[in-house]
Amino acid sequence: MKIFHFSPALPRTPAFTAGDGVILLGLAALLYAGGRLALHAPAVVRGPEISLALPALPWYALLSTGRMAVAYALSLIFSLVYGYAAARNRTAGRVLMPLLDVLQSVPILSFLPVVLLSLSAVLPQNVAAELAAIILILTSQAWNMTFSVYQSMTTVPGELREAAAIFRLDPWLRFRTLELPFATLGLVWNSMMSWAGGWFFLMAAEIFSVGARDFRLPGLGAYLQVAANRGDLRAVLAGVGTLVLVIVLLDQLAWRPILAWADRFKLEMTAGEAPPESWFHDLLSRAWIVERVGERLWEPFNERLDHRLHERLAARAEARSEERRGPSRSVVVAAILLLLATLYGGWCAAQALRGLPAAAWGRIGLGLLATFGRVAVALTFALLWTIPVGVAIGTSRRLAAILQPVVQVIASVPATALFPILLLALLRLRGGLNLAAILLMLMGTQWYLLFNVIAGASAIPQDLRYTTDLLRLSSWDRWRTLILPALFPYLVTGAITASGGAWNASIVAEQVEFGGQTHATRGVGAIIAQATNAGDYHLLLAGTLALIVTVVSINRTFWRWLYRVARDRYRME
Amino acid sequence: MPETIVEKAPTPADAASLLVLRDVGKDYGTAGKKFVAVEKISLAVRPGEFVCLLGPSGCGKSTLLRIVAGLQATSSGTVLYRGRPLDGVNPYATIVFQTFALYPWLTVQENVEVALKAKGVPPGERHPRALKLIDTVGLDGFESAYPRELSGGMRQKVGFARAMAVEPELLCLDEPFSALDVLSAEALRGELMELWLNRSIPTKAILMVTHNIEEAVLMADRIVVMAKDPGRIVTEMPVALRHPRRRKDTAFQAIVDQVYAAVAGKPRAEAEALGVRPGQVGRIRRLPAARLNALAGLLEKLASEGGRQDLYRLSAELVMELDDMLPVVEAGEILGLATVQEGDLLLTPLGQAYADASILTRKELLAGRALRLPMISWIYETLQQDDDQRVAEEYFLDKLRPELAHLAEKELDIAISWGRHAELFAFDDDTDELYLEK
Repeated sequence: MKIFHFSPALPRTPAFTAGDGVILLGLAALLYAGGRLALHAPAVVRGPEISLALPALPWYALLSTGRMAVAYALSLIFSLVYGYAAARNRTAGRVLMPLLDVLQSVPILSFLPVVLLSLSAVLPQNVAAELAAIILILTSQAWNMTFSVYQSMTTVPGELREAAAIFRLDPWLRFRTLELPFATLGLVWNSMMSWAGGWFFLMAAEIFSVGARDFRLPGLGAYLQVAANRGDLRAVLAGVGTLVLVIVLLDQLAWRPILAWADRFKLEMTAGEAPPESWFHDLLSRAWIVERVGERLWEPFNERLDHRLHERLAARAEARSEERRGPSRSVVVAAILLLLATLYGGWCAAQALRGLPAAAWGRIGLGLLATFGRVAVALTFALLWTIPVGVAIGTSRRLAAILQPVVQVIASVPATALFPILLLALLRLRGGLNLAAILLMLMGTQWYLLFNVIAGASAIPQDLRYTTDLLRLSSWDRWRTLILPALFPYLVTGAITASGGAWNASIVAEQVEFGGQTHATRGVGAIIAQATNAGDYHLLLAGTLALIVTVVSINRTFWRWLYRVARDRYRME
Repeated sequence: MPETIVEKAPTPADAASLLVLRDVGKDYGTAGKKFVAVEKISLAVRPGEFVCLLGPSGCGKSTLLRIVAGLQATSSGTVLYRGRPLDGVNPYATIVFQTFALYPWLTVQENVEVALKAKGVPPGERHPRALKLIDTVGLDGFESAYPRELSGGMRQKVGFARAMAVEPELLCLDEPFSALDVLSAEALRGELMELWLNRSIPTKAILMVTHNIEEAVLMADRIVVMAKDPGRIVTEMPVALRHPRRRKDTAFQAIVDQVYAAVAGKPRAEAEALGVRPGQVGRIRRLPAARLNALAGLLEKLASEGGRQDLYRLSAELVMELDDMLPVVEAGEILGLATVQEGDLLLTPLGQAYADASILTRKELLAGRALRLPMISWIYETLQQDDDQRVAEEYFLDKLRPELAHLAEKELDIAISWGRHAELFAFDDDTDELYLEK
């Protein structure tokens, strides 16, 4: 049972480095530039009309899926290019990997307001909103895929690499026959994770709206929001049903077949373990037409491509060996210009932040504390229920067989899609929004934990379990000496991802437009939303930066420490 | 068999040689002290020769093979192929790898074809050539199989077919049989020798790396014996037996014994054998990668054989590979518990006392002997001088790294395992500190 378990690649460097400072400065500069641009954003943004009629649903489903597909395609290209460049070129790797490390721990959703405002200042608003949604999904999907590509490319077994060299494979042939196939399996697993995570951000982008600025997009997310807003339960059910159907269909018709296909790229030489199965893949691979297309089109095309590139690359390799290798002058100039721009932008951002009154900083500080509290509560509750349930599923085949598919379907529904429905149920209560925000965080994060706990529990060696039985340990001792230590690395991995998701959720959860009213609770997400609404760009910049720095710091200190403890002390070998 | 010790490059033979190495060295690490993989290697391979590089692990024989193939650059010296200096990957050579290095996602045929494709051979010509090669190695019928469906021996056949596809003049074999089971290895050796002796492949010379002495004597025309610390050639021995060679023959056994003696080496002067402490002038002698309880086992076995036994027979009886056996023997030597003479292992009086002693006395004896080793006594005294008698692992690594580079951690691990066994000092995994045993 190996599902959705991946470990974020934390480099060995400790805490903060000067590089991190530069990267954060770059982010500040970028946000500042966005803020400046956003000054020209229209004060009123009219959202789309959302129809609750059932025939509109397939269209909305298509729109949502289309956004996901475009963003995923871009992520895929990005991860291959970036990962390959960082792995092949040492200098590039030294810049690109720390950058990626910071970017992956930044709460992506916090960029949404700035991106939306700045894009709508220069583009027609529907284009701006579409683009912002795609950028948002892209930035949520690309990092772990890129890490996966980088890790694969740098861990190609030595002898396979040497074989490529001794048989003089040109760079293209080497990429096609060695590096890409080697990276495929990890890339597919991470793509599935990214795709699942992408829904969360798509839904958030589709329903994003503050005050007079309605940035919503026609799609399933907006449909669900309008349905909940109007209290139309039939439409809510239809919307959720469509969403689940779309997700299950994509799983069956796209991801499962891809996973089954990718099994051939396993490096293990033994047949072992049951390979992933897919009825659709079996159907396709037996189909006459697929075989014909492969023979007549795909293979000749590849042959041509290989041949063309072989001649080109061989000629270039000869020319190359003449000249000295090293970063070309244009690259150096570009790097210097980029650094100068970063410094200038960072300085401007600092100026802007200095103008902010102390009271505003106080508000941001309190907001951060409030949001932190929610994240902690959500994570605690998630741990409390996922550990016993996950261990039960992970250690019992029977239970796993029954619950696994159910859990997978439930987990596939993005929490942000259900958020409007939560609001419908909770807003009437006192402190309802607070509760709804915590619930959104919980729903968005508990699955990472659950899947990791299941994976951890099922990885406990049978021998150790027998030994524990023979020792007749009491059930508490059993948990303390065997189960919890064995789970620890998995818990840490899950919790790192989960806490990142929870911080993200604060952006959409702490201030909402519902039933024609604005509801807000204390929190940094609410401050960012209010600043977006009021056009207070200094506050927006300060809030977003404060959130980013806080989350990155927590990752770099607390989680990194736990991760190290897990790696050094509780690893099973 | 006469031993010929080659000191310098064989100059007159150069012209006729396919491959000539002159004073080749390879080291790793940065400024300051470096780790030397191989040093002053001079070697020539002539057309028609099957040469074996033989030595314990860590003697740099695989590094040398990669230098010949052009996969690794040299740090010093020259590599001449057909009289011209080698620059980049050697276009006349190819390698058959220990782990086969097949692409698991390609079929047998595709694996062979990829070598041809890289040369720019068009598909029309490629397919029949690949099929013929697969046929030659006896794998017809398996063209469309994936490597994971094949046994180890069959996979290595694909490795050979792929290597022959590029029609190499010099075939480099990197322990090609050591990942196979005994029977497959024997069968494949026979098939390779048949192809080679009948001249059914266009290969002009074979250079094989191995740590299996019998294998070398079975196949090679000449055995180049290497030693480690630093990796170097100690001697070259021609094998003039006629093919097919039989293991049971007395002449065969005699050569095996001789090679064994050469590999196990001559006893060195004590100061050289023990080396110096980190920081002192001179060479640190790395501890052999052996477990001391394996040494106890070996000494007991030796005592039961009357205190003297043929190394080759000993390794056969203990079912130990040369690579596993030699570190244990070396541990016995530097602790003064055993010595090697003419291919035999001898128990010293101390070793005899050890074998007879109780567990407790053994520990004491071992502690005393181990403290004679500069590495162990350095760690021990450093810990004694500390107030808490605890010192961070990182302190020792820092001192070791300038001289041992990436091997520092491995070295310290061995030292800790020896220290633990002798109950001198131990390692606290929670704090990453070494501490004195009370």
